[in-house]
Amino acid sequence: MSERVIETRGLRKRFGNKVAVADLSLFVGPGEVFGFLGPNGAGKTTSLKMLLGLIEPSAGTARVLGAPLGDRRARAGVGFLPEHFRFHDWLTGRELLHFHGRLYGLSGPALRSRIEELLERMDLVEARDRALRHYSKGMLQRVGLAQALLNEPRVVFLDEPTSGLDPLGRLLVRDVIRELKSRGTAVFLNSHLLGEIEATCDRVVFLKAGRTVRELDLRGRVDRLEVELRLQGADAATLSGLDQFGRRIEADGERVRLELADEERLPEIAAYLVERGVRLYGMHAARPSLERVFLEVMGEEGRPG
Amino acid sequence: MRALLTVAHLTIHEAGRRRILLATVIGGAGFVALYATGFHFIVRDMRSHGGLDGLQTRLTLTFFTLAGLYGANFLAVMTAVLLPVDTLSGEIGSGVLQTLASKPVRRSDILLGKWLAFVTIALVYLAVLASGVLLAAKLHAGTLPPNIGRGLALMALEVTLMVTLSIVGGTRLSTITNGVMVFGLYGLAFIGSWVERIGTVAGNHAAERIGTLASLLVPSESMWLLAAHLMQPGFMRGLEITPFTAGLAPSPAMVWWAAGYTLAALLLAIYWFRRRPL
Repeated sequence: MSERVIETRGLRKRFGNKVAVADLSLFVGPGEVFGFLGPNGAGKTTSLKMLLGLIEPSAGTARVLGAPLGDRRARAGVGFLPEHFRFHDWLTGRELLHFHGRLYGLSGPALRSRIEELLERMDLVEARDRALRHYSKGMLQRVGLAQALLNEPRVVFLDEPTSGLDPLGRLLVRDVIRELKSRGTAVFLNSHLLGEIEATCDRVVFLKAGRTVRELDLRGRVDRLEVELRLQGADAATLSGLDQFGRRIEADGERVRLELADEERLPEIAAYLVERGVRLYGMHAARPSLERVFLEVMGEEGRPG
Repeated sequence: MRALLTVAHLTIHEAGRRRILLATVIGGAGFVALYATGFHFIVRDMRSHGGLDGLQTRLTLTFFTLAGLYGANFLAVMTAVLLPVDTLSGEIGSGVLQTLASKPVRRSDILLGKWLAFVTIALVYLAVLASGVLLAAKLHAGTLPPNIGRGLALMALEVTLMVTLSIVGGTRLSTITNGVMVFGLYGLAFIGSWVERIGTVAGNHAAERIGTLASLLVPSESMWLLAAHLMQPGFMRGLEITPFTAGLAPSPAMVWWAAGYTLAALLLAIYWFRRRPL
């Protein structure tokens, strides 16, 4: 438990009669990039705010960096980029970072060099002495990311970090997340962009109607696989024989899609088909896309329109 | 302490960058210039009608000086309410405070830093306006009211109280609601003091009690009345009621009440702000 950067059990938040978060139970390990997924109104932002000590939970227990929620000393190891980062628009980028650095307890040459380093990393060197009101949306988001990293945090909370960013900006955020991970910083990523999550996260948790309903490990080990076979000359008996390897999702004679428990089934399927004289033209195995899993978890009833 | 001073510094810096300081300087300079010009013509007229030594003349000059201080006090009080009116509610709405409050700082430091900055600005403003009025009086009429130090200290306490009330409201209310509420309280204290004075003069105890209750509820106007009482010469104190002076001074215990009230309001603001979901 002490190794966990974030751990929550049955965290709950009620506003009057409305339950915003019913049961948040999750953990994040050191250096882990953790994706927090759910549709609008599922309680993601409220959950994030509870973890940051901005909102007090109604029930449940949680620890961030080993301390109870809202602990001031623990916050010295936390970075936070809110969605649509905004700050006093009359400050310049450098002044903004200087101010936040001081709130983290940094000062002097150490703070100045950290600021220069981050301005460089976020590609804001030229804009550093311009007022924030002259920044584009993407630049604001990047300076917001810089302020979240001033203290070299042990855990960073990013709420929709790529919103408003162009493709190059998104790549930059993705690279920064990788760098953080390589330094052992945990990243708690709240994003709607499933492609983004898929590309960066080690593990995701799905939040539905205020409850953590499912967890998915996106690292190396594959716990569910979809395989698409292109074949000719398979009779009905051979096709139904495929059921011993996994669940048939689709079969139209020449194209068969199966869901498998693990990839050890792949060579067995190939051998089975070849033994029966079936001509195998293609065999493409892939993890089901996060979008597909998301729709499965949330159910069709959640789809608008 | 460091976080508190950092927030205070940012708040004063903000007032400078958003030209709030410039606006107060221009407004204050306009007020003092107009006042000094008026004083100049009044005194010139008096000199041509037999000099400045007669009782009636001295009364008029003191009355005019107190009217100037009343104007300075009123402007400082308005500024005290308006300066911090959206500092909490506005920054909560725009998301600025969420970024601040997630830093390793106490919420009380954020609140106290802002309070310190706004009290400083409002008091400097009051000092500049009041100095302008007193300087004009000294230059043109050659006299100054008595007990200036104590009088200004009471006005400063009133301004501090109004800054604090505006901050307390901001922890719970939207910007507009907060402004309406604090000005409403100020109006309540103002009219309460009149009810009390007229009730006292007329011997109407019910009116007197209602007025006293209003003064206890919001002791802002009492501070001005006590200041005005101290800063008028003895011969004027018997006049009982003029628009800018108080023949019947509030009890000195009101000072302790107002100071305790301000402190309690500040503690309430901290309590509410710490519990406020952001």
